[in-house]
Amino acid sequence: MHVVSIRDFSKKDIERILNVAEKMLPIARGEKTSDLLKNRIMATLFFEPSTRTRLSFESAMLRLGGRALGFADPGGTSAKKGETLADTIRMAAAYSDVIVLRHPQEGAAKLAARFSDKPIINAGDGAGQHPTQTLLDLFTIRKETGKLNKRNVALVGDLKYGRTVHSLAYALAMFDAKLTFIAPPTLQMPEEMIATVKKMGAKPELANRVEDVIGTADVIYITRIQKERFPDPSEYKKVAEIYKITTDLLEDAKKGMKIMHPLPRVKEITQEVDSTKYAAYFKQAFYGVPTRMALLKLVTEGGN
Amino acid sequence: MKEMKIQPIKNGTVIDHIEPGMALKVVRILGIPEPESHSTISIAMFVKSKKMKEKDLLKIEDRELKQKEVNKISLIAPNATIVIIKDYNVKKKMRVSLPEVINGIARCSNPNCITNKGEPLETEFSVENGKEIRLRCLYCERYVTDIVESIA
Repeated sequence: MHVVSIRDFSKKDIERILNVAEKMLPIARGEKTSDLLKNRIMATLFFEPSTRTRLSFESAMLRLGGRALGFADPGGTSAKKGETLADTIRMAAAYSDVIVLRHPQEGAAKLAARFSDKPIINAGDGAGQHPTQTLLDLFTIRKETGKLNKRNVALVGDLKYGRTVHSLAYALAMFDAKLTFIAPPTLQMPEEMIATVKKMGAKPELANRVEDVIGTADVIYITRIQKERFPDPSEYKKVAEIYKITTDLLEDAKKGMKIMHPLPRVKEITQEVDSTKYAAYFKQAFYGVPTRMALLKLVTEGGN
Repeated sequence: MKEMKIQPIKNGTVIDHIEPGMALKVVRILGIPEPESHSTISIAMFVKSKKMKEKDLLKIEDRELKQKEVNKISLIAPNATIVIIKDYNVKKKMRVSLPEVINGIARCSNPNCITNKGEPLETEFSVENGKEIRLRCLYCERYVTDIVESIA
């Protein structure tokens, strides 16, 4: 079993993974120890750096008693000498029991799954898929708001290029979420994605301002808007100012509402928000560990 | 007798019932005329047709289409009929049918897709047949922007 795209998972699969993640929580926190994956080796092949994702995978493996080997960026690897990814994968499959792959090209994980006889976990391929992020986002929503079904979720920020929001919108549609997409017109959710979630039964709404949903949303999921997306710096500044979570804005928030962010954040959420009951983004980062523990357990067991 | 606009061919392939206006695209994806070849190629566009009102038609002398080429044609002319001619007689008739998945025929239009990076793999696309035919790369999950460019 591989973890390549969130689209490969059914609602039931996802629920099962989240249930296992739930059980992993005390081990992830270090309150309990485990040797579930003792003598197992995880290879982390990171062809582009991603500290958070890599460390949380390594933490997950170590907490389960396994070991990790690999590289954090491709400098000095044989990829630099022109080796194909297919060959690198076959080599890593010979040295390990599970492979975690981060790669700058879309479809890399799918290719890896074709060439590996060991499970592949996609830790992000270019602007493509990042299914473990989606799963940890779902776990966070379930954990922090009490349930996953029929949540009112606003996705805010760069919805055009942000890959996490595409997979998340897809997964949330499976769980009958009420979706609102809030973005500047040039960074709004791609038509294709909107059509996809509509086909799944969702009725997404488009909005321009966070104020429009602050009183109704159960979750506000905000992503970073990159400066490079705007040719005109003053335009960027204007947009960055609009899509910003402040304590003032939160005065009108629904009770129990949670703010999520895949991190790193820049200015989308002011630091005063961190200490409010609405902030869930650091917990979300932590939930990456139990979620990835669950995946490591399930894929190395060979079941789905 | 019917008015004869295009000569019959002795040996080769007739592609009939091509969507009106698409014949030149079919020519392009078949890569004809082949270099050095001087065989006759007849192209008729916007021919009046009972079945389709208007259609395009292609006659290629001295060339028998292979299944892979027929599959390519199905992507831009899903109603085409293909007749292989031998000694002025029909040797074989084929209807194109739209496959659900095509392997190795098209190229992904996403330059950052792993299939465009020299890896040892065949491209794979799912064929979506809605209002228009669309190809979706099974590696990067993007839609092909121009099918003719992608399969020529």
